[in-house]
Amino acid sequence: MSSAAVLAAEFQAPSFEYSLLSPLLVIFGVAITGVLVEAFAPRGSRYLLQAVLAVLGVVGALVATVIVGLNLVSRGGGTAHGSIAAEGAIAVDGPSIFIWGTVLVLSLVSVLLFAERRLEGGVLSFAGQAAALPGTEAEREASTRGLEHTEVFPLMMFAVGGMMLFPASNDLLTMFVALEVLSLPLYLLCGLARRRRLLSQEAALKYFMLGAFSSGFFIYGIALVYGYAGSMNFAAISAAVSGRAGGEGLLLGGIALLAVGMMFKVGAAPFHAWTPDVYQGAPTAVTAFMAACTKVAAFGALLRLFYVAFGGARWDWTPMVWVIAILTMVVGSVLALSQTDVKRMLAYSSIAHAGFLLTGFVGAQQVADVGIGEITSLQAVLFYLVTYGFTTVAAFAVVTVVRDAGGEATHLSRWSGLGKESPVVAGVFAVLLLGMAGIPLTSGFTGKWAVFTTALAGGAWPLVVTAVLFSVVAAFFYVRVIVLMYFSDPVGEGPTVATPSILTTIVIAVGFAATLALGVVPGPVLDLAAAAGEFIR
Amino acid sequence: MPLWWPLLLSSLLFAIGVYGVLVRRNAVLVLMGVELMLNAVNLNLVAFDAYFRDVLHGGQTFALFVIVIAAAEIGLGLAIVLLVFRTHGQIDVDTMRELADREEPAVAER
Repeated sequence: MSSAAVLAAEFQAPSFEYSLLSPLLVIFGVAITGVLVEAFAPRGSRYLLQAVLAVLGVVGALVATVIVGLNLVSRGGGTAHGSIAAEGAIAVDGPSIFIWGTVLVLSLVSVLLFAERRLEGGVLSFAGQAAALPGTEAEREASTRGLEHTEVFPLMMFAVGGMMLFPASNDLLTMFVALEVLSLPLYLLCGLARRRRLLSQEAALKYFMLGAFSSGFFIYGIALVYGYAGSMNFAAISAAVSGRAGGEGLLLGGIALLAVGMMFKVGAAPFHAWTPDVYQGAPTAVTAFMAACTKVAAFGALLRLFYVAFGGARWDWTPMVWVIAILTMVVGSVLALSQTDVKRMLAYSSIAHAGFLLTGFVGAQQVADVGIGEITSLQAVLFYLVTYGFTTVAAFAVVTVVRDAGGEATHLSRWSGLGKESPVVAGVFAVLLLGMAGIPLTSGFTGKWAVFTTALAGGAWPLVVTAVLFSVVAAFFYVRVIVLMYFSDPVGEGPTVATPSILTTIVIAVGFAATLALGVVPGPVLDLAAAAGEFIR
Repeated sequence: MPLWWPLLLSSLLFAIGVYGVLVRRNAVLVLMGVELMLNAVNLNLVAFDAYFRDVLHGGQTFALFVIVIAAAEIGLGLAIVLLVFRTHGQIDVDTMRELADREEPAVAER
């Protein structure tokens, strides 16, 4: 028998579970269709086609996620349920489904923000023609003809697809590909602002440079872990880590380098330096999307990587996470105090939130370790991500409607007296800020309560004390903005609140409602998070 | 050939790449530093693959993926650098300081 015949005899067609992966397939299908629409549809009809396609695609994926979620099978006893699909590459389990649902709902809300046209006088808030230089003939022609880059919708769909794949990936190769699929469209989207083009491009360049740098560390970590375990698969890595068959240096080096890549994505100190610059420079709709969805996806992936693959080395990485968590909370809360730009302040606030989430990350992991009615750290972090995501999207949506002649009035001094100018907008923003600060009866409080109790159950009480302390510091700068809005006199002409179309109004209303509802009746979402169970292995 | 030779070489290349990213101020040269980092990792992956005699060739497959993604990344990166060059007139990363923390008095104290 020739060698070709041997190969042919041994070849087995890979099995691919189309129904389990349908949410991912829908999103990637919509993204590719969006590219085709961009190529073939006439310019005039593209906006409507793309926006409707994106909304329908996300809704379709959401429906598919619910159907897949209801039909998950129990696996290996305990509370874990789901199956490993695509020849071991993707784990479709309870946490994956929960994160998919969260990312999709937040993306649906963000699509509406992307599609807002009324605030810029009938065009998208993205550059009419990104290649045209500001102040040139080409730029003037683009704006008089009302050109818009409707490519932002397919780009966003690719990013959403990457965000869904990232936390569900079950081997290092899939995880790396997903990381790049989610990052590359975001780098581009950051540079496409219609106003303040130079700042936007600077943000894109910084995000790209630092993102590429950190993914270099990420894959070096992958190479070392592969060298340690001899496989990219999480189950095989987990077995090698539990067995501890030599090569300790390779494993620890690999974990540290992978952590660098992950901590960069979640925006934890000391890898946070890009966050304020990029959040400030990027178009606000992109910032909202990126702040909410990237954090959800990256935390999902961080938890899966460290709990499933490196669960056996827990005592090696826990001290590192402690240090990073404390540093992140300190940097986020203290540097936010001195910010004068509202988007920058929200960026530092998101860094502080990453620190609180990391506090939950080192909590009690196993269902066996917590009492009846208590939740594990995975479930607490999932719940916190939901509360954080909705509040953040709505807060950035409010930023888009407070404007002056030059576009969005992001300097905080322009916000003084907003309470007199527009009591509704100021009131909504005040509630969102209180939610981020973690005042009782808002979602921030229930979220913080969830992660802090699980961290306490895991014995990380010094970390919880630090977290509570810096929650108070963080509350100070949120309250400072509220004081500014209500008790300061307007500077100059004062801020104006533009009337947005129904799209942005829906975003703000949904985020506002979620912030209050999750604070008053957190039960249903907490139950959902608890029902997500554990990662399958 | 002992395993540590290619590992040492790849870690040296990686270190040179990191040095390039941190020290070079021209955006294109920073991108070259990033490329050097990615390709150092490829060497590492292939070396481990050969050392394990991995029947599935996970390391070599991964190296192919890294090459493809590095190509996509560099294409996108050069597009952004080109755009920045056209609007800013230069690509010195040190001059990109419009977005940074400033020593301004906080608003509430004004």
